[in-house]
Amino acid sequence: MLDFSILTENWDMYIEGFINTIYISVIGLIGSFVFGTILAVFRIAPFKPLNWIGTIYVEFFRNIPLLIIAFFLFTALPTIGIQLDGFKAGTLALIIYTSAFIAEAVRAGILSVPKGQTEAARSSGLTYIQTMNLVVLPQAIKIVIPPLGNQFINLVKNSSILTILAAGDLMYQADLISTRTFVTFDVYIFVALFYLVLTIPLSTGVNYLEKRLAKSN
Amino acid sequence: MFKKKKSLLTVLLLAMLSVLMLAACGTKDDSESGSGSGSKESKNSLEAIKEKDKIVFGVKNDTRLFGLKDPKTGNIEGFDIDIAKEITKIILGDESKAEFKEVTSKTRIPMLQKGDIDAIVATMTITEERKQEVDFSDVYFKAGQALLVKKGSPIKSIKDIKKGTKVLAVKGSTSAVNIREKAPDATVLEFENYAEAFTALKAKQGDTLTTDNAILYGMVDEDPNYQVVGDIFTDEPYGIAVKKDSPELVKAINDALKELQSNGKYDELYKKWIKTSN
Repeated sequence: MLDFSILTENWDMYIEGFINTIYISVIGLIGSFVFGTILAVFRIAPFKPLNWIGTIYVEFFRNIPLLIIAFFLFTALPTIGIQLDGFKAGTLALIIYTSAFIAEAVRAGILSVPKGQTEAARSSGLTYIQTMNLVVLPQAIKIVIPPLGNQFINLVKNSSILTILAAGDLMYQADLISTRTFVTFDVYIFVALFYLVLTIPLSTGVNYLEKRLAKSN
Repeated sequence: MFKKKKSLLTVLLLAMLSVLMLAACGTKDDSESGSGSGSKESKNSLEAIKEKDKIVFGVKNDTRLFGLKDPKTGNIEGFDIDIAKEITKIILGDESKAEFKEVTSKTRIPMLQKGDIDAIVATMTITEERKQEVDFSDVYFKAGQALLVKKGSPIKSIKDIKKGTKVLAVKGSTSAVNIREKAPDATVLEFENYAEAFTALKAKQGDTLTTDNAILYGMVDEDPNYQVVGDIFTDEPYGIAVKKDSPELVKAINDALKELQSNGKYDELYKKWIKTSN
């Protein structure tokens, strides 16, 4: 049976970690969505250098471990005078990493909007940015929502690696509790529950949004 | 079908029996050799050492500054090794009569009790618990928790740790627990291991790093821009361990240690290995 005294005795630490993980996740979600969408537009923009930048970014950050990005920001940036603590460096790393995946998801969504629509919008006098904002992106978003939801759930779970930067997140608190109490199993089961409290509403929300947008078609 | 099963059973039974017999042989052997060495020990351990004219020391091979194997030569080098050599020189007259066997924290006491080694000089902290199993010499290295800072840091001792001072430690270490007790105002950040904690200190993610001074001196050895400051604030002194109930050998080692202290050899070795804050 689970030892619930672990949970009650370390409640403050769990809650502190929970709140920090919420902060990291929310900032990460917004940051990586905005940045990822910009990157996606870069990748399909009718301007080659932007394509290259987008492609290089996505292929680079999608293919290296998040752990390395996080540790790099934490330890290497201070040498050039940018001092980010574990929380900031970790959140930034999450944004950098996740936005590469989001860029791919959004790009796929944009490309799935028939080309004729872009051509029609452009020939009716809209600029490229207007075409994107008014015609293509609103349609793409419906297609993009399910894969985007996956990335957001991954982001919340990936935030657990911030423990190596002592970022004060859920996993960090759990590490401290388990090393202090010498209980591993129960401590991490409770952590899993806290993560579920975050991710279940997220996936339910994504499902709901998906259904509603499908109806609006 | 039935017959086949029966023969299988016989084979199994036979196998079990033979295993049992073998096991019985094994224990018999053990007890014999045990009593054999027991009778030999009517001589005290110091005399035994003098008779075989060598001392076998159990040393660490993975601990910077204390006992570290040089991959090129295969020799183990460090403060522990030099102390052991000097002690051998005093007891047996020649430091080449010291022999070294590699031990770990787990194997050292069993190896001592089995007689594989005569003494342990392996960064071993003297504790009441261990005193039940082995005899300890006097302290040969004052180990304990200390602070590591970048040279020029305003932190000179544990008293300088104020509210908001970031102290780096390793997850689950006693040092992390201790520092919270002794400096409750500190913000303690805990990392996976010493390498990461030291990297974080170098990246100015904290003001000071705390753990055993023996490890901190190893970090100073690696990067002289850092220094160990203040006195140790926990007591975990290292001693030389020998088999339980060998007062003669303990006395011989203690006398040797005293001689090393008085003739300056100890200080010389200390300076050779431990680079303090200058």
